[in-house]
Amino acid sequence: MNKRSRSHKHEVDLKRIKPYGDTLGDGKVQLSFTLPVESGAKAEEVARRLVKKMGLDNPQVVYQEGLSEGFTFLIVYGDCVHTIDTTIIDVPGLSHKRMSMGEIDEFIRSSIGRKIRIVGATTGTDAHTVGLDAILNMKGFSGHYGLERYEMFEVYNMGSQVPNEEFVAKSVEEDADALLVSQTVTAKDVHIKNLTELIEIVEAEGIRDRAIMIVGGPRMTGALAKELGFDAGFGPGTFAEDVAAFIAHRLVDQLDRAQ
Amino acid sequence: MTGKLNLDHTAVEHARDVARSIADEVHHFVQDHTTTAIERTICRLLGIDGTDASDIPYPNILVNQLHEAGVLEEGAAFLIGNALANDLKNPQKVAEEAAAGNLDITKLPINDQESIREALAPFVAEGMRRIKNNKFERQRMISELGEGPQPYLYVIVATGNIYEDAVQAVAAVEQGADIIAVIRSTGQSLLDYVPYGPTTEGFGGTFATQENFRIMREALDEAGEKAGRYIRLCNYCSGLCMPEIAVMGAFERLDVMLNDALYGILFRDINMQRTIIDQHFSRVINGFAGVIINTGEDNYLTTADAYEEAHTVLASQFINEQLALLAGIPEKQMGLGHAFEMDPNLENGFLYELAQAQLSREIFPQATLKYMPPTKYMTGNIFRGHVQNALFNVASIWTSQGIQLLGMLTEALHTPFMSDRYLSIENAKYVFNNMRSIGEETYFKEGGIIQTRAKQVLAEATELLQEIRRNGLFESLQMGVFAGVKRPTNGGKGLEGVVNKGRNHLNPFEELMCEGGEEDE
Repeated sequence: MNKRSRSHKHEVDLKRIKPYGDTLGDGKVQLSFTLPVESGAKAEEVARRLVKKMGLDNPQVVYQEGLSEGFTFLIVYGDCVHTIDTTIIDVPGLSHKRMSMGEIDEFIRSSIGRKIRIVGATTGTDAHTVGLDAILNMKGFSGHYGLERYEMFEVYNMGSQVPNEEFVAKSVEEDADALLVSQTVTAKDVHIKNLTELIEIVEAEGIRDRAIMIVGGPRMTGALAKELGFDAGFGPGTFAEDVAAFIAHRLVDQLDRAQ
Repeated sequence: MTGKLNLDHTAVEHARDVARSIADEVHHFVQDHTTTAIERTICRLLGIDGTDASDIPYPNILVNQLHEAGVLEEGAAFLIGNALANDLKNPQKVAEEAAAGNLDITKLPINDQESIREALAPFVAEGMRRIKNNKFERQRMISELGEGPQPYLYVIVATGNIYEDAVQAVAAVEQGADIIAVIRSTGQSLLDYVPYGPTTEGFGGTFATQENFRIMREALDEAGEKAGRYIRLCNYCSGLCMPEIAVMGAFERLDVMLNDALYGILFRDINMQRTIIDQHFSRVINGFAGVIINTGEDNYLTTADAYEEAHTVLASQFINEQLALLAGIPEKQMGLGHAFEMDPNLENGFLYELAQAQLSREIFPQATLKYMPPTKYMTGNIFRGHVQNALFNVASIWTSQGIQLLGMLTEALHTPFMSDRYLSIENAKYVFNNMRSIGEETYFKEGGIIQTRAKQVLAEATELLQEIRRNGLFESLQMGVFAGVKRPTNGGKGLEGVVNKGRNHLNPFEELMCEGGEEDE
């Protein structure tokens, strides 16, 4: 088994990566989508042509079902013709290794020597707090304790639908080291507008240089967060440790630079 | 009841008694107060509709005038009735003239109660008639068309555009949905007025307006006619306009309403006094209109742990049942809420879910229980999500739930695609059909995991209810007994809209609805 996986690794051409079904290089991709077309042979043909245009050879419609008058759901397989050269890709990521709650507390104790103050909220009209609570609440999420549980974090969780002005005012009042904002609703890009406004207020208040700005949400990525002027953005699969470690390291960097 | 859980009847009735005394105390407080939202509701029931040139609804203009003049405590019915007794034509005219600044109804000579009631009578009768007619129309359609078997398949549309919502809803009906809920635009619960007219722009949902209700009702009646079963329409009777949404729903024949003050307090930071008072009249209307209310206990588990905090759900169901009874809501119109939200990695988690669902079923045997799908542990792995939803469907059919809010495999990713809804309806239909009689065919092991768990949850819920009775509901909410959220009695939004009822205050609709609710059954 071991031998096989080693030899398998050998065959992978990192300059020409494509999807893997059960044989290297087969390019197998599965798709499902709905077409605004009446179900039947024609819908299948439309799907095949469309999938070909997506760069998938040998399109096979394995299932179709009429959803409503003039709408058809299809499941389609195809072989991807494109490849990606992975050797030229540099992903800006959060480089430090994963630390546990205890390690992070210890790191803060030895490198900063005081508690890190955090203010968190879901701002704007967004009413969702699941993500915010998963990171901040004592209980955390899926066995990962939230920041309230950490000895070296002092957390103010303002909850949902907090106006950006109030959020920033509270952060100034608490002299927060980091501001955590959560955004779940992304319909009509309402989160982009809200986050842009938040950054503007933070800059107007003159605290952008010392406050670490963090945003989280199901549609958030590091790249989008940076584009909006945040220090980091966390998406699905994030646990409190990830956020805690990032804040701790960033604060140490800031304090170093200040000296 | 021939229970599977071997519950101790006296223990259940004891818990119910404790909940009743909690609800009674709340009700005393409620009866002494009215709110801006309740008075606006009375305006609407009297036939006041429409907005002024700057889009402010007439009920808001009139009630704000009363509030500013410091006479809200006398109530809109009394003052409008008095205006009518002073020879004004009708309530709509009163509102329009007052809005235009041509009339100040707080300055008119006061007539005696009897002539005020007499002046109001035809408009009160008309408001009641509209609601009754809708109730009869629903009954007629159900007896003619029939309806889907329980658990009703409940899906959500949320495009922000009512016309697009209607397309999605009709597709869902064709695939088998029994209830269509139109999710409201984010933030509507915090608006202290109801928007007017058809809307095509919303955030994460569509504004609840009376015209949007009408548009969707028409689309569903047509789709139901075609599908050969009555399709229920659901919206959200919560937030700062609770009773107003109730009356709009009653006028447009909505069938199901989310209707829970505790939800607004905990998750929308709405002032608890305001919304508990509002809730009562909204429930009186929903009860009278034949609307099934849905309570929001399931939401507690999105922030608190579903295994550890299961008893808070049961305790809240007990309280909600008693508050609903005080508003005249028949048991079968009570969609008490709960959810399938335990961590999927929990060993035997499904057995605990089964215990909880069966517990709700046996304790509230007549209720049309509303069962909510997994959301908290939906990860973006849509394939596993689809399996989680299948287990949720199994628990539901096994324990005879009333309303099945279908889980979407793309939960936490985006508002449902048309195909997501199709896949979830297919999933539920497969499970429900394939396991239809599983509940009648099985017993739970005496003293086994499920029975033991159910007993434990009941005991913990009873203990919590006793604690809430000791401290009172308001004080308990301040201490954070539900969902781990603490709310101050005087905090949150909307307290400025609460007043003590004055000597002349009257609400002719509440009087009639509370009397008439029973005889129509």
